[in-house]
Amino acid sequence: METTKFKFNLRRFTFSALILYLVFLLGPIVGLDIPAIAASIKANPLQLVQFLIIGISNGAIIAIIALGYTMVYGIIELINFAHGDVYMIGVFTSLTVLSLTGTLESKDPGKIIFGLVLALVIAVVFCAILNAAIERLAYRRLRNAPRLAPLISAIGMSFIIENIGLMWAAQAWLVPSFGTTGGASQKSFPDMLGILFTSMGWDINLLASTGIALRFTIKDLLVIILAVTLMTGLYLFVQRTKLGKAMRATAQNRDAAKMLGINIDRVISATFLIGGGLAGAAGLMAGLYNNTAWWFMGFRAGLQSFTAAVLGGIGNITGGMLGGFLIGLLASFSDGYLNARWTNALVFATLVLILLFRPTGLLGEQTGQKA
Amino acid sequence: MNKRLLALLSVLVLASMVLVACGGGDATEPAATEPAATEPAATEPAGPMGTLKIVSSLPMTGSSLTQTQTIVNAMQLRLEQADYKVCGGSYEIEYEAWDDASAALGKWDPAVETENANKAAADASIVAYLGTFNSGAAKLSIPILNAAGPLVMISPANTNPGLTKADKDLPGVTDSYYPTGTRSYVRVVAADDIQGQVAANFVKNELGAATVYILDDQELYGKGVADVFEKTANEIGLTVLGHEGIDPKAADYKALMTKISTSNAGGPPDAIYVGMVVDNNASQLLKDKVAIMGDNETVKFVGPDGIQTQAFIDGAGADVATGVYASVAGVPFSDLPAAGQQFKTDYEAKFGPLTEPYAVYGYETMSVAIRAIEDVCAAGGDPTDRAALTAAVFAIADFDGALGTWSFDANGDTSLTDMTFYIVEAGAYKAIGVFK
Repeated sequence: METTKFKFNLRRFTFSALILYLVFLLGPIVGLDIPAIAASIKANPLQLVQFLIIGISNGAIIAIIALGYTMVYGIIELINFAHGDVYMIGVFTSLTVLSLTGTLESKDPGKIIFGLVLALVIAVVFCAILNAAIERLAYRRLRNAPRLAPLISAIGMSFIIENIGLMWAAQAWLVPSFGTTGGASQKSFPDMLGILFTSMGWDINLLASTGIALRFTIKDLLVIILAVTLMTGLYLFVQRTKLGKAMRATAQNRDAAKMLGINIDRVISATFLIGGGLAGAAGLMAGLYNNTAWWFMGFRAGLQSFTAAVLGGIGNITGGMLGGFLIGLLASFSDGYLNARWTNALVFATLVLILLFRPTGLLGEQTGQKA
Repeated sequence: MNKRLLALLSVLVLASMVLVACGGGDATEPAATEPAATEPAATEPAGPMGTLKIVSSLPMTGSSLTQTQTIVNAMQLRLEQADYKVCGGSYEIEYEAWDDASAALGKWDPAVETENANKAAADASIVAYLGTFNSGAAKLSIPILNAAGPLVMISPANTNPGLTKADKDLPGVTDSYYPTGTRSYVRVVAADDIQGQVAANFVKNELGAATVYILDDQELYGKGVADVFEKTANEIGLTVLGHEGIDPKAADYKALMTKISTSNAGGPPDAIYVGMVVDNNASQLLKDKVAIMGDNETVKFVGPDGIQTQAFIDGAGADVATGVYASVAGVPFSDLPAAGQQFKTDYEAKFGPLTEPYAVYGYETMSVAIRAIEDVCAAGGDPTDRAALTAAVFAIADFDGALGTWSFDANGDTSLTDMTFYIVEAGAYKAIGVFK
């Protein structure tokens, strides 16, 4: 017993030593010049906080999308590749709502707030229904098929939705600012929060009046508040409500849950509805925060969120949130202190390293919390 | 159950195919409205003897479509003017616009471009390959076409210098694109060793900048032009604060821009130069730059021809894009010779307003192809002989085209080296002058 434990530790030690060695060997190539980084932090400590703010805001969006992946995986063990694209549809839905209600041209604070709330509600409802419809159409019949079948079906749905986005972005009659350059190019998502704040006579940077050389904008604040509210709400929902309990039971053992009278189809539909709704909310947030609508944006967002879900422990809701924030921070610090060229490599290297030591992710697949 | 499953799957597959077809609607247009190889045959029963096929390979799925569609239109216009006939009517020309982009990448795809080149190499009726748009794509197809005859390749838009000119730091790389040892690739546009150089001089002398931060999209074209810019900047005493490659699919670049905003002894640089194409998130990069460092008057934003397209302005929003500078090889429409003016008039009569700068280059590539075929015929040769046609293209000198009077050198480069700078005003690019 003791020998095995010792061996195990020795192996871990060798592993860690090897990785440290690699970090110091390869680090300088990616710009890991520790004295220079330390000097830059010392010269401008506030910038560290700035990168933290940017990382957390981006991480919040990733985390919310990651929740959709992790919930679906928890309950039917399917990686819903179309999820990132549902988020993209969320961006286009909210942009279209803002355009059709005339909010985009408006300078009236009341009208803008009304438009934004309406856009949030419609984007959430639309994406929730879309996601549930995808499940009904493409996954339900394959539920008992070999695992690969629904996976491929998911990839197919992803392509379908991407192409819907491609068509949507060409409809200038819906949103005049789409212009005549076709659906493939990036579209501008106007900075409604900036316009709203300027129209009310406030600075978009909440710290402008304090004289601190930091940018903490209303956008950052809103993204973080919305994300934390949604995540807390989801956590409480899964832990405290009857449907949440049913979701956890279905995740643990589908057949046993069925025997106890839980309507599995309804529970799974509800999971997709919630996941889709979260993606819709994330869509509006990302549109307001990054000001871009693009038919292809769901792909990268999906990849990052999926990574976040795996990093935190797929199927684990708290893990998904943690993973999202971690990836956001990692990317922000890498852009800031290393070379932007290596940011993706760094994010995925971290994923590989964490999975080497903890194959189930940071928080593991706690079945109790799985939903 | 299995049957139902199968039915469902086939419906899904069918639906996605339909959607893909619709989604790519813009892209397939050229093929749909396409030449009508049958038209001349129908109107003239006596008819041409043979058919020569010309294909173009350009990215038509993705943001570049805004530019490539005008190139394809211009090529068709040139053919229509020739009535799809060459050599006194003894050959008719069939034209196909191929797409080298894929929906999966949203821009040019190495696999598709390679497939296009192989397809062209294998089809004996194809006599000229017009393309590519992206230098990275040309690097893949030049060797394939070079070994196939060689099949001549004429590019309207590739600007990476290494495709034709040997770099003394990278010996043998350029030669490796031409396995047969014979050159078979020409371009009607000036290379980036000129574009990057002129841009660096422009930033220092015209914009009065002392410091610059360089970003590129890590592609052959983007990094190539950014490297030349950096080299020239160092030579002329323009301080380069940093040169980084960006992740072209990132959601935002706020952290990167925050870093750049203090890179000049705590303050922002005077200018940012981006070597990239619009497909690689150029609009987002500009948006985050403006959000962090202010408008383009405070910190200048300068790019190469890859961002000189309306799609870039639409993506960023007209307000944000105001004041962005971009360079394009050649002269603005207003300075084109009579033939170029005529082209613009004809184009606009048929396809509507033309603002994209590459259309005239597309027109010129088709003119070069037609001229080479005519030359081979006039010399009593066989225009289906690929080697003879390649030689005829390289022999073109003092060509009187829409771009002016110019010649190809032995490397396949044009003798025109003018560079025009544009600035974004009120949501559109406006030419500000020609620089050397």
